[in-house]
Amino acid sequence: MHEMALAESVVSIAEREARRAGAERITSVRLEIGALSHVVPEAMRFAFSAVSRGSLAEGARLDILRVPGRAWCHDCGREIEISALGDACPACGGYSVQVTGGQEMRVKDLEVA
Amino acid sequence: MCTTCGCGRAEVTIEGEGHGTPHHHHHHHGDHDHSHGHGPLGAAHAPGLSEARIIEVEENILAANDAAAAHNRAHLEAAGVLALNLVSSPGSGKTTLLARTAQDLKARMPVSVIEGDQQTSNDADRIRAAGVPAVQINTGKGCHLDADMVHRALHGLTLEAGGALFIENVGNLVCPAGFDLGEAAKVVILSVTEGEDKPLKYPDMFAAARLMVLNKADLLPYVPFDVDKCVEYARRINPEIEVLTVSALTGEGLDAWYDWIEARRREAGAGAARQAAG
Ligand SMILES: Nc1nc2c(ncn2[C@@H]2O[C@H](COP(=O)(O)OP(=O)(O)O)[C@@H](O)[C@H]2O)c(=O)[nH]1
Ligand SMILES: [Mg+2]
Ligand SMILES: [Zn+2]
Repeated sequence: MHEMALAESVVSIAEREARRAGAERITSVRLEIGALSHVVPEAMRFAFSAVSRGSLAEGARLDILRVPGRAWCHDCGREIEISALGDACPACGGYSVQVTGGQEMRVKDLEVA
Repeated sequence: MCTTCGCGRAEVTIEGEGHGTPHHHHHHHGDHDHSHGHGPLGAAHAPGLSEARIIEVEENILAANDAAAAHNRAHLEAAGVLALNLVSSPGSGKTTLLARTAQDLKARMPVSVIEGDQQTSNDADRIRAAGVPAVQINTGKGCHLDADMVHRALHGLTLEAGGALFIENVGNLVCPAGFDLGEAAKVVILSVTEGEDKPLKYPDMFAAARLMVLNKADLLPYVPFDVDKCVEYARRINPEIEVLTVSALTGEGLDAWYDWIEARRREAGAGAARQAAG
């Protein structure tokens, strides 16, 4: 998916919040990115450094907290962890896997100066 | 990876919008799904860095798009219009299917189309040639439509109650998956020449879609494509996904596609009636 457009949203959210707080500069931005979300962390880093140029977030550190993919296996009735959509249940090998978490893409917090 | 496409919003052009006139955005405050930062008072002071403060944000990165999509959806529901977002890789037959659909359905219901491509108005021209209104969005280097582009395009269309609006997204099986446009459902088109493993390779799109249309069924005798395997893979990603096999070229299977559209249109009509009553 489109990390460039997502990075633009991250910068605009961060700038809005920094201005609201009367800050002059954003020194770091923390994201929470689920393993089953539409974001490739490396692509997000690249995009963020490109689109933050000239903004309050220029030069800011980007921290990405990874949230594991969670699912429910209907075959064995277990709560499981998966790393990608379409993965088999690690316990029983079945594919009746229903995603229950790990799809978030959030700006968690900022550090400003 | 789509970071190379450098989607610049300034490049987006929409047929019917005057050049150089900035678009008027409605701002909808109050429907953001986030808690605002606590500002200076709630800020924590990091030891040793007297000026440094932490601002809690907790906001979905797609919040602005989701708010614009909710606005489109409210518009469409109130107008009693069924909106479908068609997604696929380039060349799977979206425009061919839509031109034929427009031709076949326009006597039954008001049909309109929003076309998304990086460049050219070829697809909107093909739809207009089929006798229904169409607005072309050119995204420039952008690889997906977003809710604001669709909102702007909606201003160039007259929405008639009981109608169907088809939105042909930019040909791309990755980027459009996360961007809600305000549609009632996403429809993913996969042609049989693309290989049956695509649901596993591009799971986000198949997870987001309500219906998978397998197109170019007329070519099944000539290409190794296992329909049952493809459906099994798609349901591995999305157990609820519905499947139709069609040929936009020969017309095979299109009656079932039209029945599916009619069923969704009844749902949209029921939604509009509920809104009017409540
Ligand atoms: N054989 C066959 N070709 C098709 C069918 N549907 C579309 N095509 C061809 O596939 C090519 C791409 O179609 P188009 O509608 O432009 O795809 P889009 O990029 O998804 O909009 C064109 O040459 C169409 O004529 C079909 O059902 N069968
Ligand atoms: Mg097309
Ligand atoms: Zn299991």
